[in-house]
Amino acid sequence: MAGGPPPGLGLGIATGYLSVVVLLPIAALVASAFGGGVGASWSAATSPVALSALKLTLLSAAVVTLINVVMGTLIAWVLVRDSFPGQKIINAVVDLPFALPTIVAGLTLVALYGPDSPLGINLAYTSAAVFVALLFVTLPFVVRSVQPVLHALDTEMEEAAASLGAGSATTFRRIILPNLVPSILSGAALAFARAVGEYGSVVLLASNIPFKSQVMSVFIFGEVENGSPHAAAAASVLLLTISLAVLLAIRAVARLSRGGHG
Amino acid sequence: MTLTRPARIGLRLVALGYLAVLLLLPVGLVFEKTFAQGLSAVWAAITTPAAVSAFWLTVEIALIAVVANTIFGVVCALVLVRGSGRGRWLLDVLIEVPFVISPVIVGLSLILVYGTTGWFGKWLVRHGITVIFNPLGMILATVFVSLPFVVREVVPVLREVGTEQEQAAATLGASPLQTFLRITLPSIRWGLAYGVVLSTARALGEFGAVLIVSGNIAGQTQTLPLLVDTRFYAFDNAGAYTAGALLAAISILVLLVMTATAPDKRRL
Repeated sequence: MAGGPPPGLGLGIATGYLSVVVLLPIAALVASAFGGGVGASWSAATSPVALSALKLTLLSAAVVTLINVVMGTLIAWVLVRDSFPGQKIINAVVDLPFALPTIVAGLTLVALYGPDSPLGINLAYTSAAVFVALLFVTLPFVVRSVQPVLHALDTEMEEAAASLGAGSATTFRRIILPNLVPSILSGAALAFARAVGEYGSVVLLASNIPFKSQVMSVFIFGEVENGSPHAAAAASVLLLTISLAVLLAIRAVARLSRGGHG
Repeated sequence: MTLTRPARIGLRLVALGYLAVLLLLPVGLVFEKTFAQGLSAVWAAITTPAAVSAFWLTVEIALIAVVANTIFGVVCALVLVRGSGRGRWLLDVLIEVPFVISPVIVGLSLILVYGTTGWFGKWLVRHGITVIFNPLGMILATVFVSLPFVVREVVPVLREVGTEQEQAAATLGASPLQTFLRITLPSIRWGLAYGVVLSTARALGEFGAVLIVSGNIAGQTQTLPLLVDTRFYAFDNAGAYTAGALLAAISILVLLVMTATAPDKRRL
């Protein structure tokens, strides 16, 4: 390998670092979920309160991901194919949720949709608060994944389609969209994963009202604070398994669509 | 795709309206609420001993985590792109884990390893080392969540630049280290810079993972995001908004650097 550490050394360093930072804690999590009073841990992780939190988490993550698919693609299109003054600033603004700490995102949402809302919209302690917070933090994923692909996409095919009499809706559906699907799906997968695990932006406005506004990350946090790390670990493993399954499914669809369109 | 003018402007308005309502309005409001108290109140709120200590702790933890992840990120990217060893697929999978896992679960996992009842708990206690409720644990949490950014930005750049120049340098008698410093590093510098900025943003703002392992003690294990949280729950709204605005100002600065270093593909 030119220009780097000797092959064995590099692989050793990378694997060692990842094992200590990532693998070891995950192993402890799984061990804790299945060790020491398995019955009690799993009955806490599958209690009505936990299942209700799981349902709210997955449902709002799914809806938010779908909205991101539509709005993210639209924003990417406007940023690449349209031109207007201030476009560069708008392009930078899209990254704001990546740059802004999640607790500040939560605070901004309290300012706008909290009890003192200047708009008169009070979403505090509701599931709608979860939804708004997740929309905020997941906004850039689909935009940033679609943008480079749209940028690289040749306009020749579109022009050919238009010259053959295709309307703009047909051109979008038959020419542009098939090329974008893999990047839309990979952005959607990242957005979904982020939404499922989100904590900081959600907790201030939605708080932790069981059966109402409590998401899984808040439930898990509560279990840790209550001194039940095994139950928290069981709930974590449940959540991770489901979100990994969804991610793998999205990746499989992305691979199929890539295969179908070259 | 050629759209009629009204259709194009319609789409533009939808996109801009969505961004304005979802992002700009709430963030603007935090600054408005902060400065509505007057400048002297703002200054007083960010210069309390707790706030000053939180600021420096945040910077220190982020610095350590970003340096560690940058060195690791470059080595790991080289292994993934140029390496031939088996087991690279495992690296590829593990790198993605921090993107998929909730920060709360990261914190919990660290407690299960390093807490007093965790895997290494007894050993750590015997040797007088405290990880959980100590800055050390907060560093581990921050390293975990900000891990993938450098690797993910450097890998595609390394793939794109290829090995021709490196091979030429090696043919001309350059040592592996010389080749790395003079050829490889300069060619990946923009991808690397963007990755470093993204990790810095994440490290400065990490909340959930750090909250669980920190104990959140003012003046000792309280970072700026934790200070925002503490003030909010102490009904000190003005103080929370001020600390939040300070963090937002830092992240807008990071955003500016981000835009300046973003890969060309994203530039307009």
